[in-house]
Amino acid sequence: MSAPAAAAVAHPFAPELRPIGAQDLAGLLIALALVVAPHALRAPWWLTLLTVLLYAWRCLALRHPDILPSRWLLLAIALAAMAGVWMEYRALFGRTPGIVLLVLFSGLKLLELRSQRDGTAVVFLAWFLVITNFLYSQSIPTALAMCAALALTTASLVGFSAPRRDLRANLRTAGLLLAQAIPAALILFVLFPRVQGPLWGLPQDAYTAMSGLSDTMSPGNLSQLTLSDAIAFRVEFEDEMPPRRSLYWRGPVLWDFDGRTWRVGSPGFAQAPPPRPQSGAVDAGRYAYSVTLEPHNRNWLFAIETAGMVPERARLLDDGQIVSLAPIRARMRYDMVSHTDLPPDPAVEPWQLRRALRLPAGFNPKAVALAESWRRESPGDAAVLQRAAEFFRRSQLVYTLEPPLLGQDSVDEFLFRTKAGFCEHFSSALVFLMRAAGVPARVVTGYQGGDLNPVDGKVTVRQSDAHAWAEVYLVDRGWIRVDPTALAAPGRLEAGLARSVPTAQELPFLMRPELQWLRSVRNQWEALAHQWNVWVLGYNPDRQRELMSLIGMEDVDWRGLAAALMTVLGALVVVLVAWSLRGHARADPVSRAWLAFCRKLGKRGVARAPHEGPRDFSERAAAQLPAMAQAIQRIAALYIALRYGGDAPAEKVAELRRRVSEFRPA
Amino acid sequence: MAPRAERGAWRSWFYGYAAPERGAVILGHRRVYIVPTRLGLLFGGTLAILLMGSINYAMSLGFALTFLLGGLGIAGMVHTARNLAQLAVSAGRVEPVFAGEQAPLRLLLSSQAPFDRPQILARHVASGAQQVVELGTRETAEAVLAVPAVQRGWLPYGRMMLETRFPLGLFRAWSYVEPDARCLVYPRPVRSPLPPRSPDPRAGAALAQAPGNDDYSGLRAYQLTDSPRHVAWKAAARSGDMLTKQFSGEAAAELMLEWAQLPHGAGTEERLSRLAGWVIAAERDGLRYGLRLPGVEIAPDRGTQHRAACLQALALYGLQEVRG
Repeated sequence: MSAPAAAAVAHPFAPELRPIGAQDLAGLLIALALVVAPHALRAPWWLTLLTVLLYAWRCLALRHPDILPSRWLLLAIALAAMAGVWMEYRALFGRTPGIVLLVLFSGLKLLELRSQRDGTAVVFLAWFLVITNFLYSQSIPTALAMCAALALTTASLVGFSAPRRDLRANLRTAGLLLAQAIPAALILFVLFPRVQGPLWGLPQDAYTAMSGLSDTMSPGNLSQLTLSDAIAFRVEFEDEMPPRRSLYWRGPVLWDFDGRTWRVGSPGFAQAPPPRPQSGAVDAGRYAYSVTLEPHNRNWLFAIETAGMVPERARLLDDGQIVSLAPIRARMRYDMVSHTDLPPDPAVEPWQLRRALRLPAGFNPKAVALAESWRRESPGDAAVLQRAAEFFRRSQLVYTLEPPLLGQDSVDEFLFRTKAGFCEHFSSALVFLMRAAGVPARVVTGYQGGDLNPVDGKVTVRQSDAHAWAEVYLVDRGWIRVDPTALAAPGRLEAGLARSVPTAQELPFLMRPELQWLRSVRNQWEALAHQWNVWVLGYNPDRQRELMSLIGMEDVDWRGLAAALMTVLGALVVVLVAWSLRGHARADPVSRAWLAFCRKLGKRGVARAPHEGPRDFSERAAAQLPAMAQAIQRIAALYIALRYGGDAPAEKVAELRRRVSEFRPA
Repeated sequence: MAPRAERGAWRSWFYGYAAPERGAVILGHRRVYIVPTRLGLLFGGTLAILLMGSINYAMSLGFALTFLLGGLGIAGMVHTARNLAQLAVSAGRVEPVFAGEQAPLRLLLSSQAPFDRPQILARHVASGAQQVVELGTRETAEAVLAVPAVQRGWLPYGRMMLETRFPLGLFRAWSYVEPDARCLVYPRPVRSPLPPRSPDPRAGAALAQAPGNDDYSGLRAYQLTDSPRHVAWKAAARSGDMLTKQFSGEAAAELMLEWAQLPHGAGTEERLSRLAGWVIAAERDGLRYGLRLPGVEIAPDRGTQHRAACLQALALYGLQEVRG
């Protein structure tokens, strides 16, 4: 565009030549510290320390710029750190090592930051770090912290391009820009065609941070889980909520025991649809509800026993588990119907029963002996179960979150020596005893109970509600639920975990009874967080389709969405442009009248020279157009009086405008 | 090649205005162009990566961040265009310069907006002379672009570019203005001894009486046209009135600077340069001097206005008056 001569002159806006002010740099440092802090807490200690040192170095250099390191030193640090990361993770490109390296590079880049270009690159890097934070947490506090970082980085960008401007003005501009970005962001968020990810294979360690039930159960791992206050899922009942003792949320069913660990079998898909109650008993014990499930990187969906339907993209297994076709890696919501009073179906595949009797040989001899004695002394399976229930009620087993460690014969040690255990010990022991006595039995894990949040009326089920119970097969009756924990510690079901363990034990902090007020704060917070989860975090292709059909766009595909998006965005840009033109002081009426007058004369061939004052111009015009001289001189006199006379009385302004509009040079 | 008039029409359509323009030009939206800078392209790439990450990991907040940044880009683009839009641009008064000097072309940028307009670059396209201007709310600022004046005559302003990258540095908005203004460029002066005072029959007698202009002969009241060199500053400080020193030679010393006095071998430009040098020297020496060029004659006089008139005659000698 410009002549070759111009190319030789350095462009004053060239980003690589514009230095960065200390103020903008400080803002950028704070923003980076905000986005890096959560990562630094997860990184190995030496890396955190190194990053903090690099940041501190840069802070010091704000006042003493001569202590900035040379590029060679920075390169050396970078290589050493990469070697360290390699030693730590044996990889440089996995998710965690990648992020850790990014954090470190942010510190290094800060130290070699000189120009606006570097600064802008660091801002972009900060945005990457923001999004990597969302891999770990998308909670409201995280979002707020990241918003603060976003505002600071925006202010830095403004500062880079207007270094001489007042800091407050730059902050105001950044705020205005972000405020104007919000409508566009909302439109894009709602209308941008969503596709179901992932686009490419995810790294192996993508979902390790998620907690939840596992497909194995060995002494100790469930009680670990119950120390977590994290939400497993939230439930909204359509009408009333079943009694607490019926709230058995069925999860993985464990079939196979190797003496220490129970494992999920490999059940087939159910041949029949889920059972429906007989007509007539339709409403008794029927509950409809929707579940908002936190991601747990497994396929299980949870439902109150017994599930009466199967959600979309999920299957029912023939041992009663509902599994989604894909692992739950994003919060999902599904509708569900359960029948708590439905009698089980007695018809069962014979191979299932054979599997439910299998036991490893050589373990727990005392338990085996006890079970065999029950078998000898009882007329049938039901009587054996009766004996077992009696045994659990009588033997004064203690329900505890801190069970003693168990050795090889875990069932024997629990039943006869330590007599203290958690639900996994109870269920494991009962199922072992039943199998040893020749009664088919299996372990069911899941959650039991849930807290009603009075703020939004939803039931919260936490990891601390994780539970394990047993199912025993009785001929004629089918699989029936037996909860040995409830037999030994009846309070567990009615009152929840908090009241069924002795008071001295360590409960999850907020489950302690004395913290009532704190719990109510938490209820408020979780109600808010639930809305956040449903409307912000849970907005996925399905929900988008739902929303679109609500506003009358049924079955809209990505093309329809894109068209709608472009239309609305275009309208928004028009509004923004209109806003940007608003408030320009239009030339005042006096000037406008004068300009109109000059235009009229100009058309007649008497053009005003750029620097010709009104008096000179009017005299010249009057001389050239003697017929109009009087009108010209009157207008010029009025204009001069109004323009330079100090005050501008309205009637004079009106006269000027009238005279100009009537002025017609022939 | 299209005929010249047609090209002009095409240009005026393309640039949205017909150059050059008179008076204050208001940069309407149609003539403010905007494209992303290189950093802006990098910004776009960053957004694309963030979007893919969000889709891949199904991160709602990732989407929110990406879209908020997208909105930021849109808002930033509008702000960048706004920083130039509706700006009134006009040429300021320019003092004449001598060829070989820098002509300080003045551009007045006047904002009637209720916001400030930081970091506006004014650039003279042909020479690359540039200056960054900051405009406050409803403020007028002046950019002075030192453009080399190579040739005597009128130096038109030519195309001026206004550019800004505020507020994010991701977009570059610019606009062209060609004000209808020009700078007068005097011939490059060449020093040479003043010609001997001509034995002008009208002035001859007076000449004989006057020994020279160095002889101080008294004070008289100051006139606007008097050279400041001749103001009696000491006397003025004492009395409070401006007084001018009079030299005995002055009244009589009239010098005609003539084209014909110069050697015939000299070219036009050389003659004009030497004449310009004479005008400067004569004015400096406080002489009354006149100028006689083929077809132009300026009667002897003195003072800055006279000097300017003489130099202008030299600057424009032989040039066709295109306009004005």
